Amino acid sequence: MKTTISMLIVDDEESVRDSLYNWFIEDGYDVDCAANAKEALAKVEARNFDIILADIKMPGMDGLEMHRRIKAFNSAAIVIIMTAFASVETAVQALKDGAFDYITKPFDPDDLSHLIRNAARQITLKNENEALKNKIVTLENIEDIVGNSDSMMRVLKEVENVAITASSVIITGESGTGKELIARAIHSNSPRKFFPLVTVHCGALSEDLLESELFGHEKGAFTGAMFNRKGRFEMADGGTIFLDEIATISMKMQIELLRVIETKSFTRVGGNKEIKSDFRIICATNKDLKKMVAEGAFREDLYYRLNVVNIAISPLRDRKEDIPMLVDYFIKKYCTLMSRDVLTINPAALRRLEEYNFPGNVRELENMIERAIVVGNGKEIRLKDLPLEKDVISNSNDSLNELEKKYILQTLNKYDWNISRSARALQIDRVTLYNKIKKHKLKHK
Amino acid sequence: METKGITLVSHGSFEKNFLEALAKDVQVIFGMPVLVEQFLHDIASYFDPTRKQYDANRLLQLVDSEYASEGFKTMGIFKVDLYIPILTFIFGQAHYRGNAGVASVFRLRNENYGMKGNDRLLFERFRKVIIHELGHTFGLIHCHVPVCVMRPGNYVEDIDQKKHLFCKKCSIELQAALLLNASNSTDQA
Repeated sequence: MKTTISMLIVDDEESVRDSLYNWFIEDGYDVDCAANAKEALAKVEARNFDIILADIKMPGMDGLEMHRRIKAFNSAAIVIIMTAFASVETAVQALKDGAFDYITKPFDPDDLSHLIRNAARQITLKNENEALKNKIVTLENIEDIVGNSDSMMRVLKEVENVAITASSVIITGESGTGKELIARAIHSNSPRKFFPLVTVHCGALSEDLLESELFGHEKGAFTGAMFNRKGRFEMADGGTIFLDEIATISMKMQIELLRVIETKSFTRVGGNKEIKSDFRIICATNKDLKKMVAEGAFREDLYYRLNVVNIAISPLRDRKEDIPMLVDYFIKKYCTLMSRDVLTINPAALRRLEEYNFPGNVRELENMIERAIVVGNGKEIRLKDLPLEKDVISNSNDSLNELEKKYILQTLNKYDWNISRSARALQIDRVTLYNKIKKHKLKHK
Repeated sequence: METKGITLVSHGSFEKNFLEALAKDVQVIFGMPVLVEQFLHDIASYFDPTRKQYDANRLLQLVDSEYASEGFKTMGIFKVDLYIPILTFIFGQAHYRGNAGVASVFRLRNENYGMKGNDRLLFERFRKVIIHELGHTFGLIHCHVPVCVMRPGNYVEDIDQKKHLFCKKCSIELQAALLLNASNSTDQA
């Protein structure tokens, strides 16, 4: 399938051509330029461009006339007209002649990006539709999602299935399980990937700031507002809005949210123009929303509006087979980030991690590994580099005898079976420690 | 020519700590020495009174011709509002696969959007813009990974959504660009 989109920029001003050339080259487009209509027509005759961005006013032949001639060579090309004048008549004429859209100079960077992304999405969708017949869908940009347990494979399959649709999704899972990563994976594998994924941490938003934050404000709406500011829903136009911790929002906000989801429109603070936004919504929560609905804490209509697809992520303790792979991934990640040689992990330390309950899930494991790399010896991660000492007791239902055995073994492992240091840490003498080792039949592996 | 380092040329009164922290982080990301120098030219003639902004195309040329030295990627860093003729404003720009770039903190300040100032956030945003533009000088293009520093950002909240790090794919491309630089340099020697 063709992946690079070709573009021809036609403008008689060199600075405009250069600026646009740089802008689109950095966006990954295959860009060519022409200084006038004649040169442009010669280039269009020689090859097919996907997008043609043409100035409406040029000496010799104007953009409208050039557009008509371009269409004779390449009717599939998407032509966007640039104009220095906000002339409705010329714009309407361009659109009547089949131009994709028009834009008034100078452009707001976001307007330009948005326009080109729309065109790119149209081309990509067309290409993908052709390719889909034979294509096996594989997920892209999921590098931070690590694990090959059955439950993670199921989640990835669900991501693959839901990504290409426009359905609302609720991602559920305990804190630290990676709900945001799954939201990113859905967005990155959807046709909306050219547009932003806008994340809103609902729990961090006070109701006072909420209106401006979500809907934006106009320049001068209040003291200090020097520029217009887009709200999160407007930023997500064409893309995806990810509402994290959705269960924390107030009833008032739930009503507002429902209205925006239903109408896909709103007004900025201090403005009166209704703004439309084409967003997909993904939410995440660690709460039982259905229970909250039953208790009257969450609106039922909003719940059903959001819960079209539900993806549940298992806690790490239920997919312990993923721990070695995650450990390996985080070691590489943080060693690279800290410009260090990649470490190994001591088998005893890995075993201990596999036994641990991880109430903080993957995030806790990640923090542990990062810390262990910082405090460790630079060669391998040892048991003593992991902040797990108290866990033996806090998560145990063992008898006193069993607890003693585990605690002594943990201390011995921590000090590499150095009897003197272990005895000191346990606040017993060396002979007592030897006796305890014998009593519990402990062995150095 | 092999890239031996990066130079940040600062115009205006940036705090020393701000520049040092910036240089340190850029050094970690690109794995090469980062120098901080003072921008000496008067930029008054680069100001467009109609737009009340500074011409970033001409500033970029100035940085490239007067400050970029052989083997170094050079970023001019400013506090003024930057524009290019076709766009209403820019956060920064660079010569793709070139040796120079420019960036400004002006549009990154919370205060311009009616929000409370936040120095930490300003630093993080600027760090991302600098790394992003330097990425272009090494031949990286925009990336669709939502948290990758090469993700394009047209407004501050968009910049806030990404990290200051390259995604796996862009990291590999950066390493390949650095290796190619080094091998071209060896071939020419």
